[in-house]
Amino acid sequence: MQMTKNVTLARAEALPDHAPIKINAMGINVFYGEKQALFDVSIACPDRAVTALIGPSGCGKSTFLRCINRMNDTIVGCRVDGRIEIDNEDVNLKSLDPVVLRSRVGMVFQKPNPFPKSIFDNVAYGPKIHGFASSKSELEGIVEHSLKKAGLWGEVADRLHQPGTGLSGGQQQRLVIARAIAVNPEVILMDEPCSALDPIATAKIEELMDELREQYCIVIVTHSMAQAARVSQRTAFFHLGRLVEAGTTEAIFTNPTDPRTQDYITGRSG
Amino acid sequence: MVWIVLVLLTALSALAYGLGRRKAKAAGKGHSRPNYQGAYVALWAVVPAGLLLAVVLVFGGRIEHAMLSADAPAAVAELPSEQQEVFYGDARALAAGKATSGTYDFGPLKAHLDAKAAQSARQHQIFLTAAIGLAIALALGGFALAFSRLKPDFRARNRVEGWVSGLLIACSTLAVLTTIGIVASLAFEAFRFFQSVSPLAFLFGTEWSPQIAMRTDQVAADGAFGAVPLFAGTFLVMLIAMIVAAPIGLYSAIYLSEYAHKTSRGVIKPLLEVLAGIPTVVYGFFAALTVGPIFRAFFNWVGAQTGGPLGDYLMQVQNQMALTAGVVMGIMLIPFVSSLSDDIINAVPQSLRDGSLAMGATKSETIKNVVLPAALPGVMAAMLLAVSRAIGETMIVTMAAGLQAKLTLNPLETVTTVTVQIVTLLTGDQEFDSPKTLAAFGLGLTLFLVTLTLNVIAMRVVQKYREQYD
Ligand SMILES: Nc1ncnc2c1ncn2[C@@H]1O[C@H](COP(=O)(O)OP(=O)(O)OP(=O)(O)O)[C@@H](O)[C@H]1O
Ligand SMILES: [Mg+2]
Repeated sequence: MQMTKNVTLARAEALPDHAPIKINAMGINVFYGEKQALFDVSIACPDRAVTALIGPSGCGKSTFLRCINRMNDTIVGCRVDGRIEIDNEDVNLKSLDPVVLRSRVGMVFQKPNPFPKSIFDNVAYGPKIHGFASSKSELEGIVEHSLKKAGLWGEVADRLHQPGTGLSGGQQQRLVIARAIAVNPEVILMDEPCSALDPIATAKIEELMDELREQYCIVIVTHSMAQAARVSQRTAFFHLGRLVEAGTTEAIFTNPTDPRTQDYITGRSG
Repeated sequence: MVWIVLVLLTALSALAYGLGRRKAKAAGKGHSRPNYQGAYVALWAVVPAGLLLAVVLVFGGRIEHAMLSADAPAAVAELPSEQQEVFYGDARALAAGKATSGTYDFGPLKAHLDAKAAQSARQHQIFLTAAIGLAIALALGGFALAFSRLKPDFRARNRVEGWVSGLLIACSTLAVLTTIGIVASLAFEAFRFFQSVSPLAFLFGTEWSPQIAMRTDQVAADGAFGAVPLFAGTFLVMLIAMIVAAPIGLYSAIYLSEYAHKTSRGVIKPLLEVLAGIPTVVYGFFAALTVGPIFRAFFNWVGAQTGGPLGDYLMQVQNQMALTAGVVMGIMLIPFVSSLSDDIINAVPQSLRDGSLAMGATKSETIKNVVLPAALPGVMAAMLLAVSRAIGETMIVTMAAGLQAKLTLNPLETVTTVTVQIVTLLTGDQEFDSPKTLAAFGLGLTLFLVTLTLNVIAMRVVQKYREQYD
């Protein structure tokens, strides 16, 4: 196998063959108006593990991610069919309120998007709208806990009431991760969370993902092969709206079965 | 005649462009592309001659007038100067074959008039021929000069760029100078007003009745020029207008930018723009003839039901009141507020909405907690702009608020505003140096300063808000 030198694989003992399936997508087709963006995608993501979605630009990774928390509902003209289950429960059921679903499935975007509010209010946003905290001290507890988990507490503890938009890019990205954690989700979706960050901030976020993996099911989109190899236990390769290949990260990177996967991870296409 | 020359000049410029380009092309590849070389020649052929013609068009009449009146016959020279103006005006009209004022068509000066008319006709011929000749000479000279300069390494592009930026600078200078001129004349006249009425009495006096000062035996009684009731009236009407326009405008903006389907947006937005296109005078008579009587009928009816002193008061409510003017002005401002707010709300990045929705917030929670706070500074600026429009609005208040300067905050009373008073002070035959008319400049200056401050604050806020998302 040919691989760039700096790619190191996630520790082998972390491979979650034993972990139960958290997200199970079956035969997903997505249309933007007339145009079909995803074709019959079926994929399973285990709990307490990081699943990486890789593939060339425009192949539908973000589109798939948005199916999981039904953010595609907010796009006019977007239609999803197929079945996605979280804990064996269909997320597209008419009876399931997307608002409830999204409180269980957090999302982190490519560009950090803190609200133009204080750091505290950013993190307290979710708990407040979902009524998680019955008192001010409880809310403060949640905020502190979430910031600690996101590895940001030490840097912002003394300026919780300053605007979140005043933080550096990497800090902002950890802030929105804290914001997502604060509603105590089961799944965290990350769409290229490090593409706007420098290597040091990226390393911090990767470390964070590794820790969060112990509690959450994480799905991440990345363009960096090295990052996929470092943080994920499972990898899925998309190409032109189709899922080409999915498996353990080790298998995909060392022994891909499809030549397109081989070409992509070695940098010969995409 | 001059117009024909303009057409000729245009044709010449096209020709000059073509010739310049051809010469440049024939000369082969040089510093500037051929069309720049052509443009350079065309500019030289047209601009000097065009400027000359513009000067002739603007000042030609005056120059001819001066030439005509240079050697006045004694009988004419004896006339008062306005009459002389009329005389020479008639002479030129006669020469041009236009209608005269008729003042000198009969009588002792008729002979002089005819003589002057003949002189004017001759003079006009000479003048015109000279002007056109000069223009053509300039055009050809400019063309020849520029054309001879064209060489492959001639930097025509830089020259043309220079002409273009010169033109742009000239236009913006003109705009700035005009503004400065307006403000200066306002300040100058206001200064004259404040020489006869003390600024303190003007700014803090509570009685406004400038008519009194019109009588010569009672010149400029200071007490008559207290502007407080006018500003209070302006404020009251503005407040009512904003109470109507701010929520309705903002909520329709939210609906349009966040909720409306593409098709309904396509219907509602143009409709709101139609509302913005209605002339204010139409709003004015809508207020005076429709809204006023309805309000009056309503309050009289309520008065009849309630009885007592309050009832008696309500029974006497008139068509013209602050409420009518304010409400109609508010309606006028709705599209203004909503289209500005719509732009501002649309400028809030989608990523913020996505972030909030992905947290499990509903649409209205997202708008209330994320979109509006993010848009708030911009919305405030839009409101300030609306306020400054409300303050400057004249027609609606003239027709619907009344003319009586009362110091009151009761929306059912007739009030008057600064702008209305400016109108009443300046309409009709006025001498332009009585304190009464000069008061208009004092009011105008104060009003200008207030709206200027509001606009500057609003612009600052908008700017700051823009930077936030760059
Ligand atoms: N809102 C939309 N409206 C219409 N078409 C869309 C929309 N979003 C995505 N698409 C189309 O769907 C396809 C998949 O897009 P998607 O954003 O999922 O790709 P991606 O794999 O995330 O790419 P990238 O790596 O560049 O982010 C693309 O062809 C894209 O043009
Ligand atoms: Mg994407």
